[in-house]
Amino acid sequence: MAILVNKETRVLTQGITGATGQFHTRACKEYETQMVAGVTPGKGGTSFEGIPIFDTVAQAVGATGANASVIYVPPPFTADAIMEAADGGIELIVSITEGVPVMDMVRVKRFLEGKQCRLLGPNCPGIITPGECKIGIMPGHIYRRGSIGVVSRSGTLTYEAVDQLSRVGLGQSTCVGIGGDPVHGLDFVDVLKLFNEDPGTEAVVMIGEIGGNAEEQTALWIKDHMRKPVVGFIVGQTAPPGKRMGHAGAIISGGQGTAREKIDALKKAGVRVASSPALIGQTMKESLSGNF
Amino acid sequence: MNIHEYQAKEILRRYGIPVPRGRVAATPQEVSIAASELGGACVLKAQIHAGGRGKAGGVKLTGSPDEAEKKAAEMLGKKLVTHQTGPQGREVKRLLVEEQLHIDREFYLGMVLDRSASRVSVIASVEGGVEIEEVVRRSPEKIFKETIDPAVSLLPFQCRRLGYQIALAGGQVSALTAILQGLYRLFVELDCSLAEINPLLLTREGKLVALDAKMNFDNNALFRQPGIDALRDLDEEDPREFEASKLGLSYIALDGNIGCMVNGAGLAMATMDIIKLYGGEPANFLDVGGGATKDKVTEAFKILLSDKRVKGVLVNIFGGIMRCDVIAQGVVEAAREMRVTVPLVVRLQGTNVELGKKILSESGLSIIPAETMAEAAEKIVKAVKDVRRKE
Repeated sequence: MAILVNKETRVLTQGITGATGQFHTRACKEYETQMVAGVTPGKGGTSFEGIPIFDTVAQAVGATGANASVIYVPPPFTADAIMEAADGGIELIVSITEGVPVMDMVRVKRFLEGKQCRLLGPNCPGIITPGECKIGIMPGHIYRRGSIGVVSRSGTLTYEAVDQLSRVGLGQSTCVGIGGDPVHGLDFVDVLKLFNEDPGTEAVVMIGEIGGNAEEQTALWIKDHMRKPVVGFIVGQTAPPGKRMGHAGAIISGGQGTAREKIDALKKAGVRVASSPALIGQTMKESLSGNF
Repeated sequence: MNIHEYQAKEILRRYGIPVPRGRVAATPQEVSIAASELGGACVLKAQIHAGGRGKAGGVKLTGSPDEAEKKAAEMLGKKLVTHQTGPQGREVKRLLVEEQLHIDREFYLGMVLDRSASRVSVIASVEGGVEIEEVVRRSPEKIFKETIDPAVSLLPFQCRRLGYQIALAGGQVSALTAILQGLYRLFVELDCSLAEINPLLLTREGKLVALDAKMNFDNNALFRQPGIDALRDLDEEDPREFEASKLGLSYIALDGNIGCMVNGAGLAMATMDIIKLYGGEPANFLDVGGGATKDKVTEAFKILLSDKRVKGVLVNIFGGIMRCDVIAQGVVEAAREMRVTVPLVVRLQGTNVELGKKILSESGLSIIPAETMAEAAEKIVKAVKDVRRKE
C-alpha cells in the first residue's frame, strides 16, 4: 500500500519537449512509471520516445486517461500550467519548477479552491512510491520498498534521509516532497492524514526547515490525531535571521520561524526529533524498536 | 530584494498615497538647497537598508538650510550602526530631506504574505513608529488584520473596518481606504513580499501621510519587474552574495571559518548545522543547485575562497541526478586551478560514487575523503583546528 501514487497512476508531463522535461520523463519511464502523455502547446500530434504529445491537457486526458501530471515548464508559465492541469481533470499535480512568483501561487491556490485535485510543490522533487511509481527528479535507485512514509520541504536532504533509512534496512511506503516555497499545495498535515489512514505505512519521517509556522501547526495536529510514530528533523539551526536560505520559504522573519521553536513544538507533540541530520535513519530505527 | 525609503516613497506617490514633500540628496550642498525649497525647517533621514535609524542618530531635525548643511556633512559618508546593521554598520551615501509635519497620532500599516492562509494580509495597529513584532508580543489586542481574497481584491468594507478599529474619524476612514487600496494595488502589480507604512501619520491638520515606508520584493518575480530590479543598490548587498546570484548559485555569508559547498538548500543548511554540532562554525551557506557543472563548482570555489576567513572547505554532494564522477572531476579541476591550500574534505554520495571517489584519490591532491555527513563534519572541524594550532 502507499499514498497518492501507485502502479495504476497514469502520468502526463507538461513541458515534455524541454531538456529537463525530456531527461526526467525518460528516467521516470525507466523506473516503469506509466508515462502516458506529454503536453507542449504547438507540438500536438508529435511524440517523445513513443509517448504521444498533445497541445492541451484536456486533449491529453481525454485520449490517454492520464490522472497525474508533472510540470517542468519555466517559472513564468508554471501557474498557468498548474491551473490548466486542474481544469483538465488531473487529480494529482506535481510542480517541480523552482522560482515561481509568490503572487502567482496566491492566485493558483484561490483557483484550486473547491476543485477535486491535489497539488504538490512548486519547488519540490516530486513523489515516489518505491518500485511502483516515480514522478519527479529524485534518484530512484536509493529508495527501497517498505513501510516508512516520508514528507519533506527539501530535496537533497530527503535523499540523504531516504538513503539513511534504506541503509538501516527501512524501506519506504511513499516519499512526498511538498516543496520549499512559502505558498504551495499539500502541506505536512494533508500528507500526514493520508499516511495515518494508509495500512502500508507504519511510521513517518517529517523533514521541516526554518521559515513560516507550518511545523508548529503540524505539531498541534500530530498531538491530537497521529496514531503512528513520527520522527522529525528541522534544518536551519545555524541560519541567520532575515536571510533567505536558498528556498524562497526558508527565511526567519520578525524573530519567527526559527528551528528552535519548531523543534520544541514537535517534541511537545511526541515527535522524536533527530539531533543531527546524520541520525535520521538511526532515530527511526530506535523509535520502531521501542528503544527510547 | 530591498529598496531605500526614498524609493519606496516614490512608489507610494505613484499609487496616490500621500507622503511628505521632500527629495533625496547626496552632498551637504544638495541638502542645503533641498532645505531652502522646503522653507528652512526639515528632517534629514539617512538612506540605508536597515531599520532602527532614529535611535542610532540617522534621523535629525534641522531649523535652517545652514544647519541642514552642517548636519548633513556630519552624517554623509559616515557609518551608521543600528541594531539591524551589525557592528560594522552601513555607510550613509544619501539623505532624504523632508518637510517637518505636526504629529497628532501615529499608526502602523503593513501588507504581507500570510503563509498559512496563502493570501496577502493587511495589518493595522494604533501603535505606529515601533517594530510591529514588538507590538505583537506586548499587546496583541492592538493589532487588527484583514485577509485579502485575490479574486475580489481588498474590499472597501475591510478598509473601513480597520479604520474604525484604529479609531479614525469619518473623513479619515475614506482617506485610509484610498491608501490601503493603493497599497494593495502596488503590492500585487510590483510583486511585493512586504509593504509597510510605519508610521502612518495623522497630522494635526487631520491628514494621513506615510512618514516612513519599507518594501521588500519577491526575488522570483524580478524577471517581470525591470523597474524594481533597477532600484537595486549594490552598495547595500554583500558583493559575494550578488556575484553568486548572477551565476545561479545561492550564497549567504556567515561568521565562521569553514566554507561549505553543497547541492540543495535543505542539505546545505543541514551541513551548516552539523558543522556547528561538531564544534565548528560555518563560513557560509552555498547551494550549487541540482545541475552543478565543473564550471559552477569552480565559480563556487572562487566565491568561497575569496572570503579570507575561510580556513577549510567541506564539499557535501548527494549526487542524485548529478553524477558523483562529474562532481569529483569538477572538484579536482577547480581545486587545481584555484590552488586550494586550506584543508578540503569531500563527501560524495549517490550515483557513481565509487568512480567519484577514485577520481579524488588518484588526483594527487590532498583531499580528505569522508563517507557520511557526520564523518565529513568531524574531519573538517578537526583539520581546521589543527591548522589553527600550527599557526
